[in-house]
Amino acid sequence: MSEDDRTPKTTDGGTASADGGTDERPPFAATRYESGAITYPGHPTGPEGTEPAETVDLAEYTGEVVTWTTSTATPPGVRQPNHLAIVEFEVPDPCGDGVQSVRALGQLTTDGVETGDEVRPVYVEELREPGVGIKDEDSAQDWDGYRFEPV
Amino acid sequence: MDEPVAVVGASMTKFGERDAWVQELLAQAGKECLEDAGVAPSDVEHVYAANMASGEFEGQGGIMNALAHDLDLLPAYSQRVDQTSSSGGAGIYAAWQSIASGASEMTLLVGGEKMTHRTTGDATDVIASITHPAEYKQGVTLPSFAGMTARHYLEKYDAPRESLAKVAVKNHKNGVDNPHAQFRKEVDLETVLESPIVADPLRLYDFCPITDGSAALLLCPESVAQEYADEYAIISGVAGATDTHVVHEREDPTTMGGVVESSQEAYEMAGIGPEDVDVAELHDMFTILEFLQMEGLGFADPGEAWKHVEEGRTDRDGELPINTSGGLKSKGHPLGASGVAQGVEIYEQVTGEAGPRQVDADVGLACNVGGFGNCVITTILESGGEAA
Repeated sequence: MSEDDRTPKTTDGGTASADGGTDERPPFAATRYESGAITYPGHPTGPEGTEPAETVDLAEYTGEVVTWTTSTATPPGVRQPNHLAIVEFEVPDPCGDGVQSVRALGQLTTDGVETGDEVRPVYVEELREPGVGIKDEDSAQDWDGYRFEPV
Repeated sequence: MDEPVAVVGASMTKFGERDAWVQELLAQAGKECLEDAGVAPSDVEHVYAANMASGEFEGQGGIMNALAHDLDLLPAYSQRVDQTSSSGGAGIYAAWQSIASGASEMTLLVGGEKMTHRTTGDATDVIASITHPAEYKQGVTLPSFAGMTARHYLEKYDAPRESLAKVAVKNHKNGVDNPHAQFRKEVDLETVLESPIVADPLRLYDFCPITDGSAALLLCPESVAQEYADEYAIISGVAGATDTHVVHEREDPTTMGGVVESSQEAYEMAGIGPEDVDVAELHDMFTILEFLQMEGLGFADPGEAWKHVEEGRTDRDGELPINTSGGLKSKGHPLGASGVAQGVEIYEQVTGEAGPRQVDADVGLACNVGGFGNCVITTILESGGEAA
């Protein structure tokens, strides 16, 4: 199942790159629920039992590194070392009177990133080599996605 | 059924690198457990095999059927229990339910896993397959979750890196006296802190090893236990809880909701609080997990667990000995066996059978964690019969 399959509809994203140009990248699709909460990835039922309302493209935002690690013992098909971070984004509410926080985990484009640094998502066609690990290349697993690059 | 559920027998194989496959490991621990209790195979009504991934690790399915046949337990009801790394704890819960419901009067639980024939990378990938696809594609591993969480904890609470290393030092010291442990060798602080980085800031000695092994417990109503033994243990509390599948969705990475929820329910069932626990086995797959569980279980306030370890309060001769068995860190972590082996250690502690590891304990607690806190089982055992 792809990220798109897990979300009800796409209201934005899909064409804008981080530098404002255009490309064919898919959205970095988080889900906003009727409660206003946002999660990445999305779920059929959201926090407090609310229904998905729309998707939000996190690639249009920058985020702050909450914590990070460099993993040196990586599974087959994964780059070594693998720099990883949990990043928090603040997404404006649709009505414009506040922000909603949402976190995502992803690879970092480089080492040397510290807690509190600002990063932006960049699209990558293959985050790990498909089919090398326990999951088949043609399985429900998707292999593309976003890394985080220091701003 | 109002009658308490008792544990009347316990056993475990040697943990480590074993030639035996999972079927043989399960049979070995199961047979020894029945012999320990003096219970005939024909008296077993239910049998549970706790295991995470025998299919993925060695292409072997149907292990509950194999176990029942190998021990001549037929026609006992058999079931495999998989809850990732907490399969063993979930097995205790299932076995307890089988007795408490009245469905069985003698239930054998055996947990086991065979892992060491696979490379570290392959084994890591099997375990990482429990993550959400959005996490898996990033190459995340359970150790990398530990690295990120450890960094967050150290930064949030201004805790010294050495405090994590002291968990490893303590548990290796305890493991020296456990004849079933994979590593029976002390390590010093310098060795831990200078070992290779695995998931920054955590190093090799902050992680448990890859392990083969099996462990077993035999459960029955207390009145039945009294027919077989003068001393036994009572399961006074047991409960499970689930946290988010996606780890980064947790509001506070240093709070394990499954530990908090399952322990509160187990304490309530037992009618006790954390201050009443005399000894505990915690799921120290990574050193940071010992801190997070101590705080989630109420043994320490948030951000304070590292101080308890620094001050020696969790040493074998401390106020609350933790991981007297050596923990997963020293004893090893054959996934499906670990939760059962925690139960074996607590059973031996509250029945006075722990030998050189014995502490003064009437109430013991085991906390078995699946994934990175995704599923958690908390079990409380108390002395029963003449052991009380």
